[in-house]
Amino acid sequence: MNFDFSDDQKQLRDQARKFLAEKCPPKAVRTVLDGKEPYDRELWKGLAEMGFLGVAIPEAYGGAGAGHLELCVISEEMGRALAPVPFSSTVYLAAEAILLAGSEAQKQKWLPAIAAGEAIGTLALFEGKGNPSPQGVKLSAVGGSLNGVKKPVPDGAIADFAIVAARTGPGERETDIGLFLVDLKAGGVEAKTLTNLDPSRGQAELTFKNCKAEPLGAAKQDWAILTQVLDRAAVLMAFEQVGGADRALEMGRDYALDRIAFGRPIGSFQAVKHLLADMYVSATLARSNCYYGAWALSTNASELPEAAAAARISATQAFQHCAKNNIQVHGGMGFTWEFDCHMYYRRANATALGLGSLSYWEDQLIDRMRKKNAA
Amino acid sequence: MNFDDTPQEAEFRKLARQWVEANAPKELEAELSKSSLGRIRLQHHDIVEVGKAWQRKKAAAGWACLHWPKEYGGRGATPIERVIWQQEEGVYGKLTQPFQIGEGMCGPTVMAYGSEQHKRHYLPKLAAGEQIWCQLFSEPAGGSDLAGLRTRAEKKGDDWVINGQKIWTSGAHYSDYGLLITRTDPNEPKHKGLTMFFLDMKSPGVEVRPIKQANGMQEFNEVYFTDVVIPDHQRLGAVGDGWNVSLTTLMNERMSIGSRLATGFPEMFEFCSNLMLEDGLAIDDRATRSKLASWAVKASGLKYTSYRAISALSKGDRPGPENSIGKLVAGSMLQDIATHAMDLEGAAGVFTGAAEEEAQGQFQAMLLSSPSMRIAGGTDEILRNIIAERVLGLPGDIRVDKNVPFNKIPTKGR
Repeated sequence: MNFDFSDDQKQLRDQARKFLAEKCPPKAVRTVLDGKEPYDRELWKGLAEMGFLGVAIPEAYGGAGAGHLELCVISEEMGRALAPVPFSSTVYLAAEAILLAGSEAQKQKWLPAIAAGEAIGTLALFEGKGNPSPQGVKLSAVGGSLNGVKKPVPDGAIADFAIVAARTGPGERETDIGLFLVDLKAGGVEAKTLTNLDPSRGQAELTFKNCKAEPLGAAKQDWAILTQVLDRAAVLMAFEQVGGADRALEMGRDYALDRIAFGRPIGSFQAVKHLLADMYVSATLARSNCYYGAWALSTNASELPEAAAAARISATQAFQHCAKNNIQVHGGMGFTWEFDCHMYYRRANATALGLGSLSYWEDQLIDRMRKKNAA
Repeated sequence: MNFDDTPQEAEFRKLARQWVEANAPKELEAELSKSSLGRIRLQHHDIVEVGKAWQRKKAAAGWACLHWPKEYGGRGATPIERVIWQQEEGVYGKLTQPFQIGEGMCGPTVMAYGSEQHKRHYLPKLAAGEQIWCQLFSEPAGGSDLAGLRTRAEKKGDDWVINGQKIWTSGAHYSDYGLLITRTDPNEPKHKGLTMFFLDMKSPGVEVRPIKQANGMQEFNEVYFTDVVIPDHQRLGAVGDGWNVSLTTLMNERMSIGSRLATGFPEMFEFCSNLMLEDGLAIDDRATRSKLASWAVKASGLKYTSYRAISALSKGDRPGPENSIGKLVAGSMLQDIATHAMDLEGAAGVFTGAAEEEAQGQFQAMLLSSPSMRIAGGTDEILRNIIAERVLGLPGDIRVDKNVPFNKIPTKGR
């Protein structure tokens, strides 16, 4: 059994960590957080140059053709550094959707641009409150023209193109939903940035008015494809979450060693130690679930739906748990704008919602386990 | 990343599988498969008897304590081969329960500190299940604070005379030998005045009394020592070095990987999949789903954490500290699952009889036994301290008794 990343993959992780430590210190995150920039353009360019944006994109489409295990280790580092760039929307959602279902022409057009850092992509799925479901999609697609409103759309205001879920039929059947590829710079779409929990990552409202759209590939089972995209993104996002959880745990540990109160480091008090030990437990469980998700993702295993849901739930819980208790360990200083704790807290709670909330994935996991048991 | 064996591992697995297939007591398979949560109940057999028979058979074919050197009754197998064996032994591994403390803790301590003569004499018999060993560490005054123990050993000529009391000794009532930690010098600080021995449990002056537990069962014992004589050659390690010797024992306990901890999750998932409530199956109840999902990812998280440790072994590396989380996670989970299963049954959850209750009373039994999971072998609190100090590198507690002679440490009375 070799249930671990290879030495090459670990080396890639180290390389990504080093790169991000240099190019993406907390100060860089704050530039976006404070609203001075919509995202870190320099970092985005650097990620392209390092080959990180196209690591899982085949060479034929301008990527490095490495694979999804390589992408997982980079994702972990992106989460650790709270990278303020549209990585997850472009790489996990848009690129994965095109790879899964795009036509040859769409792949040729968009994938090399993604790998080169020249195109930012996203998925426009949600329309206000609720979780992913065919019923939730109201935006209409008639005769190749889209009308309706999508929100929140991650990185919607800076994206060059979007994969849009739209209603093609009247019913609640999954076949009444189609996926479309929309060039957001071609007119017919109005983007508005909305304030959100984690300003280091943008969220937008996209209004489509008689917007020209081409179908994503020739697939007929678009909802099934969307589900697959979400599963794949869930594993990758889970790695970001685990990276964030680990960093929050480290911050808490370091502060507990450094901070003296009552004449001793606060990390020598059991109340504090046990808080940190529990953070370690949840981060470890999440990491192990993520490894299984990574295996399923990289091998396209039939276990992927269940593995993705488990990784997503476990990593969401761990990041939320570590981020909130990191503030607790820091005490009052943890509640200042100056300390970085709140950036992890914001990211943890925003990423918990992005691909469908925790309760949505809990439902998915139980449904999928039942299906497997019944089979 | 893959779950495949290396060619050598596959070869070893094939050998193990063939042997188990040809030799296992198949008539017990159904019963062993059903007995879960660390509780083995065999209708028509005594676990110690059938366990000894299985262990003897394994030893004769070289499958007992297989990671031990051959000259001491093992096979000289690698750590990963041991894990593969455990996987292939499967449910029959439950039959080795009476020998686990001997194999996992006493044996390795004798191996590290015993004389060559002792090793050759005792270890093969331990490995073959001919002789059962128990571990006499905990005391009424020394549980989590193990070094607070008071059982005295006093030198008389070439012998030592033991007086005192141990508690929570699993299997003392059927054990042949015991690993015993004692205080030899109360004038030294508490960690320094300790010495380790092993003794024949049939020695005059040893009295074993079963403890009736909170769940009504009797699995542990109190062991009393009244002027028990142990020859000096049965001392393990130097006089006063007992604490270090005990760390060897405990380290071996924590190194054991691949032992499947019961979490209660598979039982709970099945229960909720079948339990019909007023408005449908329990598994369709929103609150229950959320809990089930959280337990599911804990159970899978533990499983894949052990896979990570196995992978390290397979590469010849030492596993990381991740495995220290197992019992901490599983203990509370059992308790929470039991409570929720009964909550779903409403008023009828109160019944414990197999006939009255939906799940044959298994969750009620789980509820009553689960407190011990959070205490035995290191309490939840001690485990959190271990994670915080050894994994995260946080400072140890400030100890008021650290450099004080043991007999000057304030107590509730001694």
